[in-house]
Amino acid sequence: MDQPTASIAPRDASPGSPWLLEVQDLHVHFVTTRGVVRAVEGISYTVSRGEVVALVGESGCGKSVSSLAIMRLLAKPAGRIVSGRILFEGRDLLELSEEQMREIRGRDIAMIFQEPMTSLNPVLTIGFQIMEPLMIHLAMDTTAARKRANELLRMVGIPDADRRLDQYPHQFSGGMRQRVMIAIGLSCNPKLLIADEPTTALDVTIQAQILKLMKDLSRDLGIAMVIITHNLGVVARYADRVNVMYAARMTEQATARELFSRPLHPYTAGLLRSVPRLDRPRGAKLETIEGTPPNLLDPPEGCRFAPRCPAKIPESEEGPPPMVEVERGHYSRCVRAFEMARVGPEGLGLARASRELPAPKQIDRTAPILSVRGLKTYFEVATGFKALSSRRSVVRAVDGLTFNVFRGETLGLVGESGCGKTTVGRTLLRLENATEGQIAFRGRDVTCSRGEDLKRYRREMQVIFQDPYSSLNPRMTIGAIIAEPLRVYKLQPNRAAARAKVMDLLTQVGLFEYMAERYPHELSGGQRQRVGIARALAMQPSFIVCDEPVSALDVSIQAQIINLLEELQKKFALTYLFIAHDLAVVRHISDRVIVMYLGRAMEIAERDALYSTPLHPYTRALLDAVPIPDPELESRRAYKVLGGEVPSPLDPPRGCVFHTRCPLASEECKMQVPELREIRPGHYAACIKV
Amino acid sequence: MTTAAQKSRAVLFIIHHSSFRIDVITTVSTATSPSITYKVPRRRHPLLQFVVQQPLGAAGLAVIVIMAVCAVFAPWVAPYDPLTVDYAMMLAAPSWEHWLGTDSFGRDVLSRIIYGARTALAVGFLASFIGSTVGAIIGVVSAYFGGRIDLFIQRVLDVLLSFPIIVLAITVVAVLGKNLVLGVDINLVIAIGLPMMPKVARVVRASALAIRELPYIDAARTAGFSDARIIFRHMAPNVVAPYLIMVTAFVAQAILAEASLSFLGLGVTEPTASWGLMLSGAAADFYQQAPWMIVFPGIAISMAVFAFNLFGDSLRDWLDPKIKL
Repeated sequence: MDQPTASIAPRDASPGSPWLLEVQDLHVHFVTTRGVVRAVEGISYTVSRGEVVALVGESGCGKSVSSLAIMRLLAKPAGRIVSGRILFEGRDLLELSEEQMREIRGRDIAMIFQEPMTSLNPVLTIGFQIMEPLMIHLAMDTTAARKRANELLRMVGIPDADRRLDQYPHQFSGGMRQRVMIAIGLSCNPKLLIADEPTTALDVTIQAQILKLMKDLSRDLGIAMVIITHNLGVVARYADRVNVMYAARMTEQATARELFSRPLHPYTAGLLRSVPRLDRPRGAKLETIEGTPPNLLDPPEGCRFAPRCPAKIPESEEGPPPMVEVERGHYSRCVRAFEMARVGPEGLGLARASRELPAPKQIDRTAPILSVRGLKTYFEVATGFKALSSRRSVVRAVDGLTFNVFRGETLGLVGESGCGKTTVGRTLLRLENATEGQIAFRGRDVTCSRGEDLKRYRREMQVIFQDPYSSLNPRMTIGAIIAEPLRVYKLQPNRAAARAKVMDLLTQVGLFEYMAERYPHELSGGQRQRVGIARALAMQPSFIVCDEPVSALDVSIQAQIINLLEELQKKFALTYLFIAHDLAVVRHISDRVIVMYLGRAMEIAERDALYSTPLHPYTRALLDAVPIPDPELESRRAYKVLGGEVPSPLDPPRGCVFHTRCPLASEECKMQVPELREIRPGHYAACIKV
Repeated sequence: MTTAAQKSRAVLFIIHHSSFRIDVITTVSTATSPSITYKVPRRRHPLLQFVVQQPLGAAGLAVIVIMAVCAVFAPWVAPYDPLTVDYAMMLAAPSWEHWLGTDSFGRDVLSRIIYGARTALAVGFLASFIGSTVGAIIGVVSAYFGGRIDLFIQRVLDVLLSFPIIVLAITVVAVLGKNLVLGVDINLVIAIGLPMMPKVARVVRASALAIRELPYIDAARTAGFSDARIIFRHMAPNVVAPYLIMVTAFVAQAILAEASLSFLGLGVTEPTASWGLMLSGAAADFYQQAPWMIVFPGIAISMAVFAFNLFGDSLRDWLDPKIKL
């Protein structure tokens, strides 16, 4: 349907070219029983020595596949490289034998994967896993390899390296494991490091540490890096040049500064606008890219982005637009790229995110709808050999939390993983039982209610889960899932009315009526999340716990869901507890915010007060760690990376739980647990130093 | 919020989806760049897919189907009445008249084997089905409630598991005696099904434990649905795969158990045709003169058990490579 997409991206492949890696017109196809998936269609990009290049795109756009193709690690027999060249130091990797390729993998090109928890072998020591490539590729003996492994661990910032070498992966935290992965990657002094979403599974403060480490190492050792990510902030903070991919094709290539300040493709412009940002006041609504990415089994004929593009013209849909160099070193695959360069995105009708402030919300501050007093949720766990004895350790997941939620408001709950934020939600939903404390809903104590009382409470209190893939029963149709509460509680007089209600709910959440007959696996992630919302709404609740409702979604879909949640809040006078780790998202949607750390509230404040004048050192560190999608700003920002890691909730530090990582900590902090004090009206912080 | 694009491309493509099985290859040319010819695996009917991927299992299935047809249509398939005694033809060797010979009462061995398939399949399927279903329900209930209830149920199952199938079955038969319902000894079915129940409960419980932790079960709990509803509507349908595998695998064991019990004189009794019964009694006295009396029923038992085992194994591999019995 379209011509071989000759790309005009830079391609002077003479020997001794300045490029370390040069990907030329790469095509990768997956042959499946449903047809041929053209996962990568004619992408070209270059990486020069010591450079950090980012490959950005949403899930399924082919960014990971193209990097696996470089390593020649595509899943066989389904995945195949159809055409193109991958020149590494002038040699075409696709023409090498498997034997020659094995010498390059790990030696010249190393790779780091997303999931630090599963990419290390649990039955081998860390030392062995670092020494293995050294002994294989560099023919080192055990002593030399161990010495080098020791050096490497220190280089990636793991203290007490000699002892740590003899430990097993389960003795390391997620962040530490990712450091070990980097050490393995660096072990043979590679020339190129490919990092596939290296920090996606990590917390913000750890993410900042790891990315800083990678950037420093790349600069000091002259290693070129390809970072594959969907996080635009990460790109802005660390990349020199950026390649944006959409639906298997390259859409835009430019230096990071150019790309963020003057995007020349509507998709890039849309992406940049749909991310809530910490450095800008929130507008009334997040701007979104409507629709979903195309199915690669049946992609649109013309520009892949045309069906979602507000600036499309008839030509966009005629055939695949060529990649054009709009400005020096700035390439775009858009028929209106030159026009866009001249008149800017607004000139093409790509409106800027509206700056107007949202209409003030109706929040009834007189009496809280939900009031939580001294909530504690502890879990007993058996650890190690204690599993054999009757002694149990106690995880203090939530350790004394007090807050109110008022009718119509959105209370944000942020913190890193393991801080207990999800447990708070689960305890409020009565999925876990509180160990101590009191939960009162509309003035009634529901902490221990059972039977009919509990049922009544549960009709008022609903939940939206994080993972849209496992939160819907795979054996039920969408219609049955939404209709179930209606039927069980007889909320509708008869079948026809229930059916009409299901259709109404589907429309409310932006789905189509015909989807009622579909099964969850037939929908995309964003659509499933909408089904989850519809299911919660079916109970006609007044309070919804949103447990990371957008963190598993792509950026462009995330904005749609956030807008939907806000819209529904207004329409049905809902109250939200919004649990998330993304500070920018929480800032966008919340009226007040609680910052949690190790089961305790560190700071509670009105949204604007918290983000403009954070009081607690932990809040400040969190805000510092979040990269802002603007390279100009990032380069000027003097952010401090918070060291250390979250201590185990099995054995929390004495006194202030944050003192082990706090830049302000002194002896006093270890003595007593700081109480949450009202420092300014409505602004509470648990720190003796403020 | 949504556009036509969303409508037409509702499904985001997920590679590694379970239904992506690659089997037979046909040639299709693609129109996209670069223009090359592809061998595209075609999606086929699941039964055909099973035959191609699991030829042994398909062979087992074929034997089972033949057995089932014989059992259902026994009066038409069998050349003689299995109960007709013909003293003139006692202990006749295999011939054109009696393909597999006759027994000490002059009854046609082939006909008795064909009618015996009825007993074997009826008892085998019923025992396996009842045992597995009860076991599956106990497994899901145990996993769902957890804690003390789970602990108690599991210890009871441990006790049951500590008896060999045949010993437990003998005990039950001895205690309950005979109870014919529609020509099937229901107590025999219970005796054979009971020892299977704890094994199924174990496997299903393991799957159910994983499902209990999934958010959609939490969602059902927060909706305030009753425990029974969550167990039967939300959890049970999701453990159907391991359950089905166990049912087929246990049919073979049940057939063997029925044959063993009948051989021991505790199962089906004369004159009903049963493979195990054909091996015992008079057969023991005459096996040197008339080996066909025991050879052919023995082959029938072996083939049935082998066929069900092959099919069960293949079904397990085919449905879910992660579940091992």
